[in-house]
Amino acid sequence: MIPELGHFALALAVVIAAAQAVLPLIGAARRDAVLMASAPSLAFGQLAALALSFGALLWSSVVSDFSVYNIAENSQSLKPLLYKITGIWGDHEGSILLWCLILALCGAAVGAFGRALPATVRARVIGVLGATSAGFVLFSLTVSNPFVRLWPPPWEGQGMNPLLEDPGLAFHPPILYAGYVGFSIPFAFALAALIEGRVDAAWGRWVRPWALAAWACLTGGIALGSWWSYYVLGWGGYWFWDPVENASLLPWLAGTALVHSAIVVEKRDALKIWTVLLAIGTFSLSLCGTFLVRSGILNSVHAFANDPARGVFILVLLALVIGTALVLFAWRAPRLQPTGIFAPLSREGGLVLNNILLCSIAAVVFTGTTYPLFAQLLAGAQISVGAPFFNAAVLPLAIPLFVVMVVGPMLSWKRAALAPALIRLWWVALAALAAGGFATFHAALFPALGFAASVWLILGAFVDIIARIGLFRLPLATSLARLGGIPLAAWGSAIAHAGMGITVAGIAGMAIAEHRIVAVTVGETVDLGGYHWTLEDLHDAPGPNYSARLADIRVTHDGRVIAVMSPGRRSYPLQRTTTTETAIRTNLFRDLYAVLGEERDGKAVLRLHVNYLAPWIWLGALVMAAGGGLSLADRRLRIGAPLRRAAAPVVTA
Amino acid sequence: MIRRLILLALLALPLASAPLVAALAISDPAEMLPDPKQEARAEAIGRQLRCLVCQNESIEDSGADLARDLRHIVRQHVAAGESNKEIIAWMVARYGDFVRLRPPFEPLTWLLWASPALALVGGGVIVAFASRQKRPAPAPLSVAEQRKLKDLLKS
Amino acid sequence: MSDAAPARGLSRRALLGIPLVAAAAAGAGFYALLRRMEAGHYDPHAVDNPLVGQAIPDFAPLPAQDPATTGFGSADLRAALHATGRPILVNFFASWCVPCRIEHPQLMAMAGAGVAIWGIAYKDQAADAAKLLGEDGDPYARLARDENGRVSIDWGLYGVPETFLIDRAGIIRGHWAGPLAPETVRDEVSPLLRAHA
Repeated sequence: MIPELGHFALALAVVIAAAQAVLPLIGAARRDAVLMASAPSLAFGQLAALALSFGALLWSSVVSDFSVYNIAENSQSLKPLLYKITGIWGDHEGSILLWCLILALCGAAVGAFGRALPATVRARVIGVLGATSAGFVLFSLTVSNPFVRLWPPPWEGQGMNPLLEDPGLAFHPPILYAGYVGFSIPFAFALAALIEGRVDAAWGRWVRPWALAAWACLTGGIALGSWWSYYVLGWGGYWFWDPVENASLLPWLAGTALVHSAIVVEKRDALKIWTVLLAIGTFSLSLCGTFLVRSGILNSVHAFANDPARGVFILVLLALVIGTALVLFAWRAPRLQPTGIFAPLSREGGLVLNNILLCSIAAVVFTGTTYPLFAQLLAGAQISVGAPFFNAAVLPLAIPLFVVMVVGPMLSWKRAALAPALIRLWWVALAALAAGGFATFHAALFPALGFAASVWLILGAFVDIIARIGLFRLPLATSLARLGGIPLAAWGSAIAHAGMGITVAGIAGMAIAEHRIVAVTVGETVDLGGYHWTLEDLHDAPGPNYSARLADIRVTHDGRVIAVMSPGRRSYPLQRTTTTETAIRTNLFRDLYAVLGEERDGKAVLRLHVNYLAPWIWLGALVMAAGGGLSLADRRLRIGAPLRRAAAPVVTA
Repeated sequence: MIRRLILLALLALPLASAPLVAALAISDPAEMLPDPKQEARAEAIGRQLRCLVCQNESIEDSGADLARDLRHIVRQHVAAGESNKEIIAWMVARYGDFVRLRPPFEPLTWLLWASPALALVGGGVIVAFASRQKRPAPAPLSVAEQRKLKDLLKS
Repeated sequence: MSDAAPARGLSRRALLGIPLVAAAAAGAGFYALLRRMEAGHYDPHAVDNPLVGQAIPDFAPLPAQDPATTGFGSADLRAALHATGRPILVNFFASWCVPCRIEHPQLMAMAGAGVAIWGIAYKDQAADAAKLLGEDGDPYARLARDENGRVSIDWGLYGVPETFLIDRAGIIRGHWAGPLAPETVRDEVSPLLRAHA
């Protein structure tokens, strides 16, 4: 009964979404206030229907209703409650439903927080979101229905992939999807602007908070996924340039560019057509990221349901959404008058350079990811494009980006001089050089470059704030008093830029990580990275739906016990899979990382790592996301704040 | 023919223990080369070679049986004093360019390797084009604005 | 306004149409791949064997499956090709490999029709392989055992089963990874065998 209710609610959501697509758009075209006013209610209705549907699936999973095919395939009665809940988005059907739910949430959010928007803009934005929603909910209802029944119901479910039974992965999809789907709002704003035929500074101000929120979520989601692969997959890496990872990196790169170019629209009323294109492009890449990887075309490790029939539906849907947007762009964008003259050497010039570099990196990642496909299609040749290519191709673009990230914010709007900016940065450059030079004694060129870049980014991020409060120039009390006057957006950008520096430090640290593979008997000690690792014991340990084999390792340094860690292997009888349980001890500056391999002749094979600064990779991403959040909290950006025209240049005369 | 695809998916199972990566590369420590320099070189080569079984890992990272064999072969060749180029050529002779995670620079991949430069040039072209665009002259000041300007100039 | 203005308007329009054209091209490419995947012509995980069109790799005689029969090396294979003047299928298999059982009936049928199939057991125990062939039938004219898998790597093997078609000159003419389905035998293997007969 409950699954049927969910099924019905899903069908209802399609109808409401279709209405949400049609009525407000007609209303906006006819300037019909009543039709336009229906938009928020329809968006709320769609959200309610999808929430009901999602709730029904949740219920079926929690009570282990194995007559629902999806639950029987992916769950089992012994599974812990947390994973019964989060397991919903561990498979294709459930994750699509979650995706739709978040999209409905976006529509409702614009309905709830967009009261200050002009009526036509709000109606059009919600209408575009409704149209997108209608397509994807229809996809869920027809070819990815999570409520298909199974008769007779099996006694026990198949169980879920044990690798996914992990808290990190449990929350990775919702956050990642919030990021992906969140970019639907800037997308809808872009289409609304194209339909209206008008983009101005106010548009930039409307779009930026939504883009920032989505960007922060995407940053967090990617970091969580990377962290998961670091501690679950257990071979000491954190990013593999797998197509699925690249698919999430692409909208992140485009979204980062969008967040920056929207500033130019807002402050200088320039870069408007480009920003509209970026808003379309970012969401298009998000769509490709979530859906193309499920078609099975890409050779990825992620074994999502690879069903070509589903693939065709997805492709048609993507063609409709992206195609409509780009047709509208090609048709209407020429009408948007280019405005705003600017000098190359200015804050906006720096932001343009940032956009070029970010989009170039995105282009390289896209080319590398799809190149094997097109080589196969057009030349019948089989080639691989992997990590060595991406590392080599992205680095030359990342270095100038890091330079611009620090120098750009030092430049003033409209017209700036380079020399004063560089003078203010001399000590940062000196510190970066010193760090890099020092690192060359211990590391190869690439990690040393990374450490230099990291110091440059972290210190450089705060130079502007230091100058603003006049630290070391004015009495300390005055400086501290001025600290409160710094707008949150300035803090946000400084912190986000510093976060990038922290991530770069982590990446550089991982590049000098040490590891050893040893075969040891119980009681034996090996040395790695200045630590003594002793295998204390090997024993079995039972679990709820698995049995485990654990190795207890004592790690000492200068005679002091630093950690006792127990890496292990779990075997899940139902799924007939074995997983490795990595043991990690961190002090934030280095991770001790141990993996248990096979046992042979009374010896256990251990893989031991000392990963320097590893946690900084994800810490940096969190700091970046926090910076984005802080910018979002700025009063001037707050959604629903009274609308003002962008400060006209006349006022300052 | 769909069936063939399913069968091919089955094919991988006996060699790769876990369908969703997860296998971990723990080779027998005895297989590692005693000379750390040679071992480092072997690892560097291994990182350039794609595991044929799990496919999205290098043979250094993969836990597949075949990857282990290939790791071992790489080490034998390194110990025999072969150059990186020779060892990679040995692999390519058996598994084709598919095995190289870093694609060779050849006509087919020119576009790929040129992509960073092409992207930058493309960005430059767009900027150049946009800055060439004629912008509408700023609107003449309205009467009210002229009055305001006059006031401002006076004060 | 100069007369260059309309041209510029046109080029601006063209520039703004580029994203659409690029996306359409990418979409068409993905669609083509999807169709080929559906039709079974494209498998993102398949690895093309570079040895097709080349001579079989040299290998020293492999041990026999059991003492009653003799194993073979590349020299034996070439001698047999030369002597009979007919193509030979070389099939890599293992008793522990589930998909190998799926293709076993097809091998039996071809062997029954007079096709020479030489088998190489990949990383297999002699007893296990013998037991399997005793139960399900033995399609192999000659049988050898690649205990450590080294010879198989020289053939570019990346899984079992894999099947190679060798023409009488000792050139590899066909390669199939994964179990041979009846349709594959009918549509691909048999025509190729006839072509090189």
